[in-house]
Amino acid sequence: MDKQISVDSIGFTLNGRAVEAQPVAGERLSTLLRDALDTRDVKVGCDAGDCGACTVLVDGAPVCACLMPAHQAAGRQVETLAGLVTSDPDAARLARSFDAHGAAQCGICTPGMLVSAVALLRDTPQPDEAAITNALGGVLCRCTGYRKIIDAVALAGTEAPQPEGDGHTGVPIPRVDAAAKLDGSEMFGDDVAPAEALVLRVIRSPFHHAGFAFGDLDAWVQATPGIEAVLTHRDIPGKNCFGVIPAFADQPVFAESICRFRGEAVAAIVGQADAIRDLDEAGFPVIWTEHRAALTMAAALSPDAVTLHQSRAGNVMCSGFVARGDAEDALAQSHVTVEGHFTTAFVEHAYIEPEAGFAEMRGGRLELHVCTQAPIMNRDGLEEILGLPAAAIRILPTAVGGGFGSKLDLSVQPYLALAALKTGQPVRMAYSRSESMMSTTKRHPAEITMRIGADADGRLTGAAFDGRFNTGAYASWGPTVANRVPVHASGPYLFPDYRAEARGIHTHCPPSGAFRGFGVPQSAVAQESLFDELADRLGHDRLEFRILNALENGQPTVCGQVFDQGVGIRACLEALRESWQTERAAAAVVNAQATGRMRGVGVAGGWYGCGNTSLPNPSTIKAGVRADGQVVLHQGAMDIGQGSNTVISQIFAQALGVPVDTLARIGADTDVTPDAGKTSASRQTFVTGNAARLAGEALRAQILQMVNAAKTSEIHFGQGAITVSDGAAAHRIDLADMAEDGEGYVLGAQETYDPPTRPMDENGQGHPYAQFGYAAHLAVVEVDIALGTVTPIRFVAAHDVGHAINPALVEGQVQGGIAQGLGMALMEEYIPGRTENLHDYLIPTIGDIPPIETLIIEEPDAHGPFGAKGLGEHVLIPTAPALLNAIRDATGVQITDLPATPSRIRAKLREHSDA
Amino acid sequence: MRSRRVAIVAGGTDFFPAQGRRPIHHDVLDLTRVTALGGIAWTSPDSLRIGATATWTDVLRADLPPAFDGLKAAAREVGSVQIQNAGTVAGNLCNASPAADGVPPLLTLDAEVELAGAEGPRRLALSDFLKGPRQTALHPDEIMVALHIPRPPDHVTSAFGKLGARRYLVISITMTAVVIGLDAAGRIDVARIAVGACSPVAQRLTDLERDLIGVTPSEVTITPRHLASLAPISDVRADDVYRLEAVPAQIHRAIHRAILRASFRAGGDHG
Repeated sequence: MDKQISVDSIGFTLNGRAVEAQPVAGERLSTLLRDALDTRDVKVGCDAGDCGACTVLVDGAPVCACLMPAHQAAGRQVETLAGLVTSDPDAARLARSFDAHGAAQCGICTPGMLVSAVALLRDTPQPDEAAITNALGGVLCRCTGYRKIIDAVALAGTEAPQPEGDGHTGVPIPRVDAAAKLDGSEMFGDDVAPAEALVLRVIRSPFHHAGFAFGDLDAWVQATPGIEAVLTHRDIPGKNCFGVIPAFADQPVFAESICRFRGEAVAAIVGQADAIRDLDEAGFPVIWTEHRAALTMAAALSPDAVTLHQSRAGNVMCSGFVARGDAEDALAQSHVTVEGHFTTAFVEHAYIEPEAGFAEMRGGRLELHVCTQAPIMNRDGLEEILGLPAAAIRILPTAVGGGFGSKLDLSVQPYLALAALKTGQPVRMAYSRSESMMSTTKRHPAEITMRIGADADGRLTGAAFDGRFNTGAYASWGPTVANRVPVHASGPYLFPDYRAEARGIHTHCPPSGAFRGFGVPQSAVAQESLFDELADRLGHDRLEFRILNALENGQPTVCGQVFDQGVGIRACLEALRESWQTERAAAAVVNAQATGRMRGVGVAGGWYGCGNTSLPNPSTIKAGVRADGQVVLHQGAMDIGQGSNTVISQIFAQALGVPVDTLARIGADTDVTPDAGKTSASRQTFVTGNAARLAGEALRAQILQMVNAAKTSEIHFGQGAITVSDGAAAHRIDLADMAEDGEGYVLGAQETYDPPTRPMDENGQGHPYAQFGYAAHLAVVEVDIALGTVTPIRFVAAHDVGHAINPALVEGQVQGGIAQGLGMALMEEYIPGRTENLHDYLIPTIGDIPPIETLIIEEPDAHGPFGAKGLGEHVLIPTAPALLNAIRDATGVQITDLPATPSRIRAKLREHSDA
Repeated sequence: MRSRRVAIVAGGTDFFPAQGRRPIHHDVLDLTRVTALGGIAWTSPDSLRIGATATWTDVLRADLPPAFDGLKAAAREVGSVQIQNAGTVAGNLCNASPAADGVPPLLTLDAEVELAGAEGPRRLALSDFLKGPRQTALHPDEIMVALHIPRPPDHVTSAFGKLGARRYLVISITMTAVVIGLDAAGRIDVARIAVGACSPVAQRLTDLERDLIGVTPSEVTITPRHLASLAPISDVRADDVYRLEAVPAQIHRAIHRAILRASFRAGGDHG
């Protein structure tokens, strides 16, 4: 007999209860726990020990369940988060502390963090920061920037003061949806499928550019036990084409004859779970023919390059343009000009939850459960692909384990949908980490040349910006990047004359799409780096130079848009003044005694327009009151960790005039919750927030009108009745007698908000955004001169959020954004075919993020709900240039090619000392 | 075992990442089930045995003389706590990555590996066991049973330095391990220097070691000749020029850390 030996039944203790299981040889403990024992609080982020999300305790020791052969659990004690929180006092106090300190955002890393922290506290009840980072160094988090996790572990057991009052805007209440993230019950994309679901596996191109031909697929299905179907482009009932911007839709669900990037799908295999587990993809009948690939923009623009899309000559997808005055003339007349050339790398979103979901047919309709940032856009895309009307498709978003822009696009959705349609059975899939990395969108690599001039007084005269952006094989959000960059590349400063062009270039790389900032973090690197050089040439203090040139109320942006209120950049920069001076002085003292480690301080500013660029992007919020007196908020703004469930609830509660904990919340579900738009463009607090404000006000007005009460009345929702107190008089509205609508509501309100924008003309002049948010960061670093390593010491981040709806969530966004900006600046570089995992592609760990001080600036915005502005993307725009400027301050060398790895810094230092 | 394909697994920390989601169509032999393969102990006053299933955490918890501080420092840098709790020292050697954290300190400890197979047991110097990237002297029917480390001179100390682009969970750009002894006059009388991630297999710098004998730590000079045997590559982590430049800086620092630790232990000039 030459068959795989199956391991006999093993017994072990799982969360205090004896269990038995029958793992196959080489089965991972994580698989056994999740699939056979339904312990889905064990999250799988990488299957390689790189992310730590699957951390469990085995005989008290934290291990990655994805790296432990399941049979090694035999006879041992295995503990997971769900068990620990109910029985372990350390876990319980950690969970309370994570809640109080906002240490969980999306929640996908939280089980790994909490389980690791339990092991630490059992050994060391009062750990210091070094002990905490050593213990949690094996768990990656992409949302929080780790600082609140460190705080939560350090302060576990000390009861944090709970904010008092109604939880209205301005109050740092804990997240309203935290509980499930902290007890292991949160259900992400791979946690919701029924056990009997079929499993889907996508076959992808191993080459950057290739032709292919299938063998006999039917014969292969017949010959392979447990396989139900193979899907190819022939199985697509509608259009084999999707894209987030209809005019640019160009991506096939399945390639038909040519693959334009490594990782492009050609087929999908649907089968029983065991059959897919045992599937040897090498045996799948497809023959590849590798073609020459253009992986760089230079290669794609060369005359002999292959044209990726026939309608886009020269591989130029599109361009964006803004011009005001005469930039060339202004530069020629300038007292001082500087010029620089900058490059940035592909950056991977690296959310810890790979794309996952499941689909099934119910009552003749397709129901799709998936982690997404944009349920309605998902449905729109599927309508085209499936050839089905919207009414036949229901999207039920699961919890989202981080998104940052990439989960706006379709990933698993069409495959799952097609498989459910074809087989009539529930089908699930989760991308492997490398599949996620190779096939989903990235931040655009940029090549930027910029020139900036100033007059003798240090006032900016003009700038010329030319950027090209590697948009990869398909458009995705590339057009948005091309449009946004010229609008923002000036930074929040007054430029009388300006010209900026950005082009998206197709290459045989994965599609570049949306990633926190849509190209603006890249352009800010160029502009803010050059500002330091310009200030130095002028003999100006680098911060004061920015303050001198900061855009003010009443001054035109480079698009000619004039805001007569709400321009907060000057206040952000001025808020850094004290830290700038003390940190510069401290650095001078350090450097006077330094041997080999030089300290530097850098600043950078940034801005970002909230919402779509000159396009409608409405949000709708609905609320109802049930006969029992329960207020129900239909909140469709996808909370991907940033906190919209909480922020929208706070805004609505304040507008209605009730405590936030009065509300019951129904999340996004295309059947029952109206469209709150996509979670992108820093628009949810601003746009959906306004819809929530309007809905709250409308419901309030309706109630007051029913009893003819004054506007200042207090409303109270009780059992089956509403009480309205109007000074001395109290009115009671009995709900039991009122007619229910089809959804069981006796009262309701639904309101829509769309930001007022106006189109831009051919020179980019117009009103692209109703509001901007503003930011300025200060970074302190030390550079090891011999090794070129950078140690960030501290950040101070000033953010004008108009009005902080929830100051704790603001801090969480700022810290998380800084961690991503730090990664982009210092370590992150995705190379197709080379760094398709989380050990070759590095994101910051808990040991890489220094203390971050957040300064909240509130320059109210006339359009924002209660004055609030968006924040999600602003938080990383100044980070990379602030770090690069700090490195320059420490060493005298300007890093122009990101990331600033030790190797690159040393190369610049060598050049510098040779010169 | 000879008649069919068998995968050897202990901690699983290299096995599963290499496997990815490809199916396992062969047997898996779990060494951790063999109790005799575990443990860290002196088998004689002059020889320390690290069993094949001893983990990095076992190394950290073992009571060992200062000559092993470098190995312990490497243990702390292997991946993360999760990896250290599962990953084994022997597995790190059998995986034979040029960037294996355990190899430089074990080279400076003159480690030998004990292999067992159908032909009987045999011992090899670690430097003979490692043949190249992902290549070892292990025969298809052999397993590593243990490592054996001869007791280092009592007065030596050691250190390990790992250079990576982030703090935790990082593959080395370069790494250096040193074992250093000073005589009564403060001159180096024992020098063992090993460098990893700068050649297909980590290696001792024997020319440098020879030249260090008789000099004081402040007189340590490292010349290109000392590094001539290194052949670093350029990859995603760093280029070759950088690696060659970083190594002497790392060696200097490792020597000084080792000596500082010695004087600290002796209550010397810090006291």
